Amino acid sequence: MTQRITIDPITRLEGHGKIEIFLDDRGEVASAYIQIPELRGFERFCLGRPAEEMPRITERICGVCPSAHHIASARTLDSLYHVDPPPAAHKVRELFYNLFMFEDHTLHFYFLGGPDFIVGPGAPAAERNVVGVIGKVGLEIGGKVIEARKIARAFMAEMAGKVVHPVFGLPGGVSKPLKAEMVDRLKAAAPGLVDFAQFSLKAFADIVLKNQVYVDTILADHYAHRTHYMGTVDANGRVTFYRGRLRVIDPSGTRVVEFDPSDYLTYIGEHVEPWSYIKFPFLKRPGWKGFVDGPQSGVFRVAPLARLNVADGMATPRAQEHYEQMVQTLGGKPVHSTLATHWARLIEALQATEAVQVLANDPEILDPNVRRLPDRAPTEGIGAVEAPRGTLIHHYATDPNGLLTMVNLIVATVHNAAPIQMSIEKAAKGVIHGGQVDDGLLNQVEMAFRAYDPCFGCATHTLPGEMPLTAVVRRSDGSVVTTLSRGGA
Amino acid sequence: MATAAFEPRIVAFFCNWCTYTASDLAGTARMTYEPNAPVVRVMCSGRIDPQFVMKALHEGADGVLIGGCHPGDCHYQEGNYKALRRFRLLKRVLGQLGVENERVRLEWISASEGDRVQHVINEMTGQLRALGPFNGARS
Amino acid sequence: MAQKPKVAFYWCASCGGCEEAVVDLEERILKVVDAVDIVLWPVAMDFKRKDIEAMEDGSIAVAFINGGVRMSEQEEWVHLLRRKAQLVVAFGACAHLGGIPGLANLSDRQQVFQTVYSDVPSLDNQAGTVPAVQSRVNGYDLHLPEFWDDVKALNQVIDVDYYLPGCAPPPDLIWKAIEAILAGTLPPKGAVLSPNKACCDDCPRKDTKPDRIELTAIKRPATHLADPETCFLAQGFICMGPATRQGCGMPCIEGNMPCRGCSGPLDDVFDQGAKFLSAFASILAPKTEAEIDALLDQIPDPVGTFYRFSLPVSLLHRRKPGVRV
Ligand code: SF4
Ligand code: SF4
Ligand code: SF4
Ligand code: FES
Repeated sequence: MTQRITIDPITRLEGHGKIEIFLDDRGEVASAYIQIPELRGFERFCLGRPAEEMPRITERICGVCPSAHHIASARTLDSLYHVDPPPAAHKVRELFYNLFMFEDHTLHFYFLGGPDFIVGPGAPAAERNVVGVIGKVGLEIGGKVIEARKIARAFMAEMAGKVVHPVFGLPGGVSKPLKAEMVDRLKAAAPGLVDFAQFSLKAFADIVLKNQVYVDTILADHYAHRTHYMGTVDANGRVTFYRGRLRVIDPSGTRVVEFDPSDYLTYIGEHVEPWSYIKFPFLKRPGWKGFVDGPQSGVFRVAPLARLNVADGMATPRAQEHYEQMVQTLGGKPVHSTLATHWARLIEALQATEAVQVLANDPEILDPNVRRLPDRAPTEGIGAVEAPRGTLIHHYATDPNGLLTMVNLIVATVHNAAPIQMSIEKAAKGVIHGGQVDDGLLNQVEMAFRAYDPCFGCATHTLPGEMPLTAVVRRSDGSVVTTLSRGGA
Repeated sequence: MATAAFEPRIVAFFCNWCTYTASDLAGTARMTYEPNAPVVRVMCSGRIDPQFVMKALHEGADGVLIGGCHPGDCHYQEGNYKALRRFRLLKRVLGQLGVENERVRLEWISASEGDRVQHVINEMTGQLRALGPFNGARS
Repeated sequence: MAQKPKVAFYWCASCGGCEEAVVDLEERILKVVDAVDIVLWPVAMDFKRKDIEAMEDGSIAVAFINGGVRMSEQEEWVHLLRRKAQLVVAFGACAHLGGIPGLANLSDRQQVFQTVYSDVPSLDNQAGTVPAVQSRVNGYDLHLPEFWDDVKALNQVIDVDYYLPGCAPPPDLIWKAIEAILAGTLPPKGAVLSPNKACCDDCPRKDTKPDRIELTAIKRPATHLADPETCFLAQGFICMGPATRQGCGMPCIEGNMPCRGCSGPLDDVFDQGAKFLSAFASILAPKTEAEIDALLDQIPDPVGTFYRFSLPVSLLHRRKPGVRV
């Protein structure tokens, strides 16, 4: 009789999920499924809405990465209304977007996927969150993390009205120019953000890379998949987030195709399963072959690791240094180990801060001409950005009055849906044997999806220093090293 | 329940100075008309808040009839123009929400047009009998 | 010291933005973490459903629930939390009003599945597969929650004690609510925890809103530039300010975009959309039916705009079933 183990709900992600693991009579994992038990139906209820409202509607798909949908939607409106925003508008959007990429990646490393590493995958459930993280990295550093997030989000709100949920994206640009006074403050703050991003990479090196247990975990086979990868590259073939061409490589690293997002339908299809509300994108060539990796399978991966795999390098100098170090440490490209995504994410966060610094110091960022009004009737439009969690594609069609008649949304995490399903099954088979199951092992299964930081990666609470707090620091085997406490606790 | 036995319930909002007076006139002149539309007297059609219309449908009405003075005759000058603007916009919202066109109606009926009250109520009752119950919100 | 009060956070048909808003309390959240014992927060902590089921009824002091109720599992969770919690707070527009996902009440399940799993151009689904409550795969039984035809706001499923408005609720408003809960100074049950006054009174552009507006044209953000100082309605843009509670700090207006009403209606209003409708109709100039209709044609999507966040709690709740568009 097969035994069924259920992890419900899966946690430290944005959105709902459930994992079902089936053991055979020897107690070995026969099959495992990650099921997305919810649907809201944006592609349906957006029909009939005015297209220009979509940046403020589709961002409600995900409150962790609303800026990704907001900007992808604004780019789609440019295409739909056949209008190219003035240069300053693109730069304002790109400045905003890099602030977002930095803030979101930082959030994930310290509070979502990161705890599995910083606190240790086997740590007790109650520790595997930011309390544990702070315990491990220390309160003073915890405070720095909160400060960096606060600074970035405050600038984002000033630029776009709100940070949950921005409002300024429109066809042909943005709704208002930046104020000189704010740009001066951002120029002053930018070096601090760059330092913080480098600090995070140092923390990753000290906590993760110097610990052989973790490095073995990163390179463990059950956390690796040899799949195709997709990401956006700029004109120089470097990692970019705001706009560029989509590039696909096969598991061996050979480039399969590079195309403009407007041709996405030629290359990307979506598969449906009866046991999950999420759809599973795949490459039409070589086509859907099931939840299998390898060169014959259309399953592809997106998100930080995929971007670094497809690109020829990073677009900024400091990030490029770390990129070269990672590739060298992990034995060349493409890197298949899912858990290396954490490393790639931090390298991208560094690039984002360097981009913020360049854009904040670009005189054109203060040009008041940030909107070009469309002068042609809307017809059809496609827009894509790299969300923190991977390629995000919007595709709208409207009637001549701009009311939506077709909405197609291929959301970042959806790209990873099939790979996540594969990762869960492979991880379960890797860690569960002889029917021996405990919370720590189950968490190692959940780790397989957290590395993707699926679009359901969200925030947890943050803990700056001045409050009484007890943080227990444990060795990876769970024994207590020391208990840190500050006043009163 | 066969629709034949179905008797539509219509809420009629009539402005005091014109349509309400006309319905009184129809009553004294023994003009018989369907009893399906109890009348709510309001001082002016401009007083009718679109929420009243939706609340009536929500509470079980199958139709709503608004009666007011002809444009230019409103006792408060602007009242019926306000009512017309609201009504035209409300009809678009109701249409998007699947409320059939016959269910909510606006008529200009002056104090002397008792026969008009009779005609409108009879016509509307017949239409809603055919259309069947609303019970949209209660489903 | 006395046992810390237990607090739970849960999310139904939501986006995670309400969770981010809690984190945006920044340092203040530490006061929360120190004062209470968080026993459930799927986004952040590894507590599971069985942990909550094992708790005694009423042993959770406050459950903050965000997101509307659209799936059977969500309905089960909110009933479970209602049993386990003394106070339930509907947190954010989705729980309070149904939210943007509530616009799906213009369709039914069949129409949603048709679009999502058959019509969109990238689908390769000739077999017409759709998610099923019960499915058998490689010999294993897998279950999925059911997708209801309707989105419901929280108070249409369980008894709700308080409402925290906004999409997402601004951190300062959340903080005021938490302070009131911890200090025991909450208003009477059923209150919306934000000022019962219209946005216009708190709007940076209120001085540019004339007493009498007579519009002869209606503008759309897609095709018209907005003056950054003048009241949007006065310029002819649809702005839901007059029919929406203040308390959000007017960030959209600061962002030079009109209000879309996410904080919901004032206390004495049954239907936010109808309330705005009458307010907006009263500032139109035309007098004849033909002229009025010509002007109204410039409003692209009345229901989708007036009910952007509140269709489920509107008097008519949804598009009448069975009536195809
Ligand atoms: S109220 Fe807004 S932020 Fe909160 S869950 Fe709903 S859509 Fe997301
Ligand atoms: S209508 Fe809008 S812009 Fe004008 S005062 Fe009210 S909230 Fe402000
Ligand atoms: S201005 Fe309007 S839409 Fe914007 S946050 Fe406030 S209530 Fe919500
Ligand atoms: S008094 Fe009859 S419409 Fe105003």
